[in-house]
Amino acid sequence: MGEIQVETENKKYEPKIAAFLCNWCSYAGADLAGVGRIQYPATIRTIRVPCSGRINPLYVLKAMANGADGVLVSGCHPGDCHYISGNYVARRKFALIKSLLNHVGLEEDRISFSWVSAAEGGRFAEVVKGVTERVSALGPNNGIFKVVDGGAADE
Amino acid sequence: MNKIINDIRETARQLLAEGKVDVVIGYEKGSLPLKATPCFVHSSEGVDSLIWDETCENNLATYVAKTPGKKAIVAKGCDSRALAVLLQENQIVRDDLYIIGVSCHGVIDQRKIGAEVGEILEASISDGKISVKGMEGDKEYLFTEVKDATCQTCRYPNPVMEDLHIGDTIEVSQEAAAFADVEALESKSDSERQEYFKEQMSKCIRCYACRNACPLCYCQECFVDCNSPRWLTGGVNRAENLLFQAGRVMHLAGRCVDCGACSRACPQGVDIRALNRKMTKDVYVMYNHESGISEEGKPALNEYSANDPEQFLVKE
Repeated sequence: MGEIQVETENKKYEPKIAAFLCNWCSYAGADLAGVGRIQYPATIRTIRVPCSGRINPLYVLKAMANGADGVLVSGCHPGDCHYISGNYVARRKFALIKSLLNHVGLEEDRISFSWVSAAEGGRFAEVVKGVTERVSALGPNNGIFKVVDGGAADE
Repeated sequence: MNKIINDIRETARQLLAEGKVDVVIGYEKGSLPLKATPCFVHSSEGVDSLIWDETCENNLATYVAKTPGKKAIVAKGCDSRALAVLLQENQIVRDDLYIIGVSCHGVIDQRKIGAEVGEILEASISDGKISVKGMEGDKEYLFTEVKDATCQTCRYPNPVMEDLHIGDTIEVSQEAAAFADVEALESKSDSERQEYFKEQMSKCIRCYACRNACPLCYCQECFVDCNSPRWLTGGVNRAENLLFQAGRVMHLAGRCVDCGACSRACPQGVDIRALNRKMTKDVYVMYNHESGISEEGKPALNEYSANDPEQFLVKE
């Protein structure tokens, strides 16, 4: 028991990152990274969505509120959407989510957006590495979405 | 009795008598001083309760879709913009709507007065002067001193669409939209902004008055009431409050007409507009879009262009 304790204490901080990946490109890109045995940090928790256009801004907010340290959203490159225009519509939403959350004081690097195609297994690994590094540098998500005592007047 | 009120009443009387509309949505004197309340006139006998002054702060577009039958509505600039968005989104039928347009000089920010004189007991308005008798003292204000923050930067005091215009129109400069309030916040550091919004979100009691006052919050089931999935757990703390406020603001992105109804409805004085204005600015800067300035067109998030900016992407 004691040994396990020691192990967790020495363990490097590993962020939990919710990754919303579109079924047709980024999810396949992640798959390709796996098939190609490309190493990347095991920090992401993949959530497969049909299209980046399917991503409700509330998903991102809820993930942060539920304790994710970061969120990664990835879809097909603009012009390559399986549903023709899903990621074009999503792009405007993404820009606004990022801007809004940054405005309320969430660190910019906590929420990341990227386009990764099904052929970009290597790049997917790079994106996850980059995002993990930046979120790790920020540490746990203790900012605007964290309430310690659960009370309304905690400040 | 000023001419505008007279004309509104006459128009309402005519419309109702001729059977052109079933109901006229306007304002009547509220039970509290400096507070007008929305009023639904169904017959020509009731038209004399209609008023028009600087206390007509509600956005009446909120009630249009919920009111059955053909209706006439007294609309300020922001009301008409909200109507335009509702039309763009097919929420209302133009043929069922008769818009009585009135140019608006702005509405009174009661919170500002209340902060100085305490609870407002009596008040009267004449010639741009407001004399107030409050719990903690009396004071006289110039209207420009207590104009609501929204109205100070208003670019559309004249209705953007109307069937009839009452009173004069107001000259407005055709300069690009100014966002000094947003820029002031943006120039602060992340942690300062975080502190500011933590404070604001701690004040919110999630009464949803902002949502109910908003003309564009018309979802049959709001995400906060949704049980599956349960976006909000029901606790009132500032993280949940932020989830609500940010979620609502995202729903309004590219649609909000900046009427300020949410802020005025808020019993806690939460700076809701700080979020809405940020989105309005982003949409304006990034997509060169202003919501509800014509019946045609679509809300910004229903459209896209191949060249939309992509600064938000990661560098890899």
